[in-house]
Amino acid sequence: MERSLLKITHSNDEITLIFSGELSLYEISKFQKQVDALDLDKIKNVTLDLNQLSFLDTAASIFINNFQKFLAFKKIDTQLICDKEEIQASLELVKNQKSDALPHAKQKNIIEIIGKETHAKYLGFLSFIAFLGLLFSTKIFYLKSVKNIRFREIAFEINESAIKALGIVALTSFLIGLVVAYQSAYQLKIYGANIFIVDMLGLSILRELAPLMTAVVIAGRSGSAFTAQIGAMKITEELDAMRTMGFDPYMFLVIPRIIALMVAMPILIFVADVSAVIGGMIIANLDLGITPELFLDRFNTVIDVKHFFVGITKGPFFAFLIASIGVYRGLMVQNDTQSIGFNTTKSVVEAIFAVIICDAIFSIAFTNLGI
Amino acid sequence: MSIIIKVTDVTTMFEDKMVHDRISLSINKGEIYGLLGPSGCGKTTLLREMVMLQKYNSGCIEILGNNLNYIQYEKAQKLRREWGVLFQAGALFSSLNIAQNIALPLKEYTDLSDKMISEIVKFKINLVGLKSRDALLYPSQISGGMKKKAALARALSMDPKLLFLDEPTSGLDPISARDFDNLILRLRSLLGLSIVIVSHDLKSIYDTLDRVAIIDNKKIVYEGTLDNIASANSHFIKTFFK
Ligand SMILES: Nc1ncnc2c1ncn2[C@@H]1O[C@H](COP(=O)(O)OP(=O)(O)O)[C@@H](O)[C@H]1O
Ligand SMILES: [Mg+2]
Repeated sequence: MERSLLKITHSNDEITLIFSGELSLYEISKFQKQVDALDLDKIKNVTLDLNQLSFLDTAASIFINNFQKFLAFKKIDTQLICDKEEIQASLELVKNQKSDALPHAKQKNIIEIIGKETHAKYLGFLSFIAFLGLLFSTKIFYLKSVKNIRFREIAFEINESAIKALGIVALTSFLIGLVVAYQSAYQLKIYGANIFIVDMLGLSILRELAPLMTAVVIAGRSGSAFTAQIGAMKITEELDAMRTMGFDPYMFLVIPRIIALMVAMPILIFVADVSAVIGGMIIANLDLGITPELFLDRFNTVIDVKHFFVGITKGPFFAFLIASIGVYRGLMVQNDTQSIGFNTTKSVVEAIFAVIICDAIFSIAFTNLGI
Repeated sequence: MSIIIKVTDVTTMFEDKMVHDRISLSINKGEIYGLLGPSGCGKTTLLREMVMLQKYNSGCIEILGNNLNYIQYEKAQKLRREWGVLFQAGALFSSLNIAQNIALPLKEYTDLSDKMISEIVKFKINLVGLKSRDALLYPSQISGGMKKKAALARALSMDPKLLFLDEPTSGLDPISARDFDNLILRLRSLLGLSIVIVSHDLKSIYDTLDRVAIIDNKKIVYEGTLDNIASANSHFIKTFFK
């Protein structure tokens, strides 16, 4: 591409600007500087010579046009020398194109931003409550009749979101069991209280660690998948298509997912219990010299079965929170692809948060009930 | 001729933006009726309101004798089986192949045997001009034109009386678009359908539509046959049907 040059000649109260070459948007800012540097105070006449230009693009035309307007504003006479038809046409195009001013994005102050955000959060909370209301009031009635229950979808979801997660749940819990045992083994050794590792692990794993870890893994794995699946279906109008065919998405997509996770979660927690205890047992054996027989014997005597049931009971509740938040976030997806990523992140964060709140409530409740 | 869809004084707002301002129109049985107008004038919105995907702010829509303002759940479910809807992008269920997509309503709503269902599916696939060998392809494996045909076959699977099509020929090459027009005309005469079409395709508008309503600037600026369209006073009509 030929470079464009600007030659400026002064004489008394006259300036001549001679442009040559291809004047395009790459050159404008350079020329703008040169033009801005001109001292126009005593100038009465400016000549713009475009005859040596071989090409003028629309951005450069806007630049020339603005410069002419600027000169007119300063009451300086302007001559435009331009014989080439294409270049005249380009200038004409810009001059005659009426464009409205672009709207300014309104500047918001901090108070307004906080207010709007809070209000949006409040509306979001209300809409989640509305979602739960809808879920319970109109949808639970489907489950009244056995023939309404969509066993196939539920089975499919149990497989997708739980059975396929068994491996990762087991592995994570195994490692957690390992780590917790390892950390406490060191402390216990100091006091020679080696055998109490069984009490400690048994209680913490069965009651808290296994249910929580399972919930976190499932929220990250299956909750986010629910959001992404349903969100994508919303964008491709599949949900609308279902509605027009009389297939209620709540019945086909929402309820099966929630039920599937509620059914599968206790099983996952059980698997997590087993693998975490195995992890702890290995450390107890290697680090503290407690044989598996001794470990299990002690486990049997000191860990009441109620602790196991406390952990398992939490399962369906956590599952309900994870699944309903995941599905709700999927339904909140708007008609753009960004929205899927945003809502998927939100669904995981909110699900984990909700699970922890729920766990805290359980803790208080169980303690006060003496369980 | 009996009226099957009657829209009366419908007003639609998105937050504070008005899209429809008291619009009224009526569609007769057996008609191919077009909803036309510039982009963003609310054609899709009106279509969505007719098929109960969206609420309007005031006015009323009556379809096959049901007033949508007061319709009850069971009635609404029944009504949904009497129409087919073709969405702009097809909206086939991406987890199901073409045959399963078409079979889904039949499986859910009837007690037909699997053999009978597969007969019906085969018939519908060929009716819309797809090949039987395409039946096992998934939506991600077929072209835009095939998607529209497959979606049409799904919309027709329950033998509806009423068909809603949102821009059926947009995004198709001219030859497929003309094929689609012929298909629509053929289906109307074969199955006695009433069809509501949103379209921008001038050729297909002239070839297929019996009557049209033109929405411009929130109002219906013209309703009637294409013959008298020049009589209407609207910038859109003057430029579009010049
Ligand atoms: N969900 C929505 N939220 C806000 N505005 C919308 C929404 N859907 C459509 N609109 C607006 O309504 C108008 C009509 O849209 P639409 O019916 O899709 O037009 P078209 O006639 O091109 O099909 C557009 O101006 C659009 O911006
Ligand atoms: Mg549209």
